[in-house]
Order: sequence, then C-alpha cells, then structure tokens
Amino acid sequence: MSIFEYNGSALVAMVGKNCFAIASDRRLGVQLQTIATDFQRIHKIHDKLYIGLSGLATDVQTLYQRLVFRHKLYQLREERDMKPETFASVVSAILYEKRFGPYLCQPVIAGLGDDDKPFICTMDSIGAKELAKDFVVAGTAAESLYGACESMYKPDMESDELFETVSQALLASVDRDCLSGWGGHVFVVTPTEVIEKTLKGRMD
Amino acid sequence: MECVFGLVGDGFAVVVADTSAVHSILVHKSNEDKIMILDSHKLLGASGESGDRVQFTEYIQKNVHLYQFRNGIPLTTAAAANFTRGELATALRKNPYFVNILLAGYDKETGPSLYYIDYIATLHKIDKGAFGYGSYFCLALMDRHYHRGMSVEEAIDLVDKCIMEIRSRLVVAPPNFVIKIVDKDGAREFAWRESIKDVGAPTA
Repeated sequence: MSIFEYNGSALVAMVGKNCFAIASDRRLGVQLQTIATDFQRIHKIHDKLYIGLSGLATDVQTLYQRLVFRHKLYQLREERDMKPETFASVVSAILYEKRFGPYLCQPVIAGLGDDDKPFICTMDSIGAKELAKDFVVAGTAAESLYGACESMYKPDMESDELFETVSQALLASVDRDCLSGWGGHVFVVTPTEVIEKTLKGRMD
Repeated sequence: MECVFGLVGDGFAVVVADTSAVHSILVHKSNEDKIMILDSHKLLGASGESGDRVQFTEYIQKNVHLYQFRNGIPLTTAAAANFTRGELATALRKNPYFVNILLAGYDKETGPSLYYIDYIATLHKIDKGAFGYGSYFCLALMDRHYHRGMSVEEAIDLVDKCIMEIRSRLVVAPPNFVIKIVDKDGAREFAWRESIKDVGAPTA
C-alpha cells in the first residue's frame, strides 16, 4: 500500500459565484483500521483563506503548523493577510524545500482574493501547483471525485447550490473509497459569511 | 503482542496495558509497567520497541517535570500531548522512535482527556482508543459498550470485558494487565489483572 494511502483522505474545493466551497471527509485510519471519525483536514489560515491537507496525517499536522507559523509572521511584518495566490506560492516553496525527503501531503488551497474573486488550487507533494477555474480534488478518493465533480459542476453557482453540489460530489465519491468517508465537513465562504456544515453520509 | 487501550469516563480517564516484556519467543518478565505516571494528573501508556519505549517515555516525563520547575505551573494535557507529538515528529525523519502512545490526563478547567499518538506522530484527541493486535478486539467491544459519561464501575467492567476478549482470542495473548486511572484526585494505579504471577528471585 502506498504511504499516501496510509491514513485515507478525500478533499475537494469548488468555485462558485463570488464564493468558494471546500470539503473533506472525516475519517482518520491506520490502513484498514478506523481510529477516529472526527478528524479535521481543513484549516483556516485567515477569514478568506482555507487550506485542506490530504495524505499522511502526521505530515498534515506538521505542515499545517509550519504554514500557520509562516502566515502569522507575515501578518506581523506586513500588517495584512496573505493573498491566496501568494499563500499558494509559499506552500509550493515549502514543499519543494523537501524535494528529496518530501512531506507526504497534497494540499488543496481555496480563498477569496482581490475583489473577492475566488481562487482554488492544488499541488502534489513536491509543490507542483495546479490552478483551476472550476474545481480541484485530492486524496485517496481523487479519481472518484474527479468524475463526480465533472458531472455535477456548473459555473457561477450561488452559495446554496454550491453547497449542495459539493456535498453530493463528496459523499458520492467517498462511498466508493474504503479509506475515506465517515461523513463530511464542508465550508462555504462568501465575502460576507462562512457557512460550516457537517454531513452525515454512509458511516462506514 | 503488546496491547494498550484506554477510555474517558465521567470525570476520569483510564489506561490499560499488558505487562509482558517479550524478546522474540522469550518472555523476560510478566510484570513490566508500561504506563508511566508523567505528573500528578497525567498517564502515558506506551507500546512498541522496548528500548525506545523506556527511553522516550522517561524523556517526556523529565521534560514535563522541567516545565513545571521552570514555570511553576504544570503543563495541560493538551500541551503535553502536543509536546510529545513534536518530539516524535522531529525524530521521525532522523532517528524514529517506534513507540505508540495513549496519553490520558485530567485538567481542572477541561476535565479528563485522552490523546492517541501514533509512532509516526499522528495526534488525535479521542474518547476511546487502542494499539496493537488487541485493538482489533478492544475497539469493537468499546464501540459496542462505550457511552459518554461512564462511571468508574461501568468503565472497569468494559475494561475487564476487553481483557477477557484479548485473553481468549489473541493467539499469543499477554497474561497480565495493569489498569491505571486519572481523575481530579490524581493519577494512580487502579488494579492489576494477573493470570500468571511472577515468582520473586530467591534470596542467596
């Protein structure tokens, strides 16, 4: 089994009309055994920037701590929050630093940039950025997620419709992946509010 | 086949570990205490490579004491758990410790808590958890019988069910177990469950 499939994960981020959604599953496992069903993969960097990290859970935690540290230092020096594009470049640089001994994570970054324009991107474990205009996926359920998102996605969805779409895509995909699931965690971020919801799917 | 498991009850947390020290096919001793009392209100149950287990847990214990000496107040359970994870994570890509840890503690403000720390430094706060081959039996039993806010009697009854299951179903089942508890009155040994008593060394 690949080391990326050791803990199991599923992440998806989607762009809507002046908003974005980022969703993850909640399972923390050790290969075939489930340890917890409330593991948090999506973290807030600042009010308009969220990062989801899939892959090996220990590196998810280490990398998240490093990124929060870097962002807090940036905030102290620049006296403002980082733009999502800038943050993506920082993550990419941090990952490439460990090119020959990488963090075994795949991040999914979603944020509202200048003029509240939604920004999403993903990258591989050594920092190769993949910008997209519609949706990005990561994790053990990635292939299923690509299919589900491709068929369910429409451009310029409002936040309610976006929430429905991303939730259905996530639940449908993790049901076909034994290493991810046990519900879902969805954040829908608009310029004025953040909607955070927990999904109950097939609890297996 | 080392087994460590634990659960959180109403105002207390309990950690149970087997007490056999094994080297290949030889049982060195059957009364090895694998649950370290970190400080007045913390327990560290560890399983894994014996040298690493003893060295690492003593290192954590001494550092927890050092913090208290330097700062005049003890670490919270969450802080101790994050410190432990940090040490494991730093050592992971240099000289990893092969120790799995269940850290239980009681804080006045937040009550009892239990943390699962993998040997690759995956940290998660849990209500019930287990390591080793015994986990295949214990986790299932705990999923069935555990509920929030169990009393000490109910919890020890569940612990005994788990021990009986391990003894009857695990092929190289450890014969003896130690149960330790932590609550507002502190961390202490609760009981032993012995089916083989170690005979003391004869005096000259």
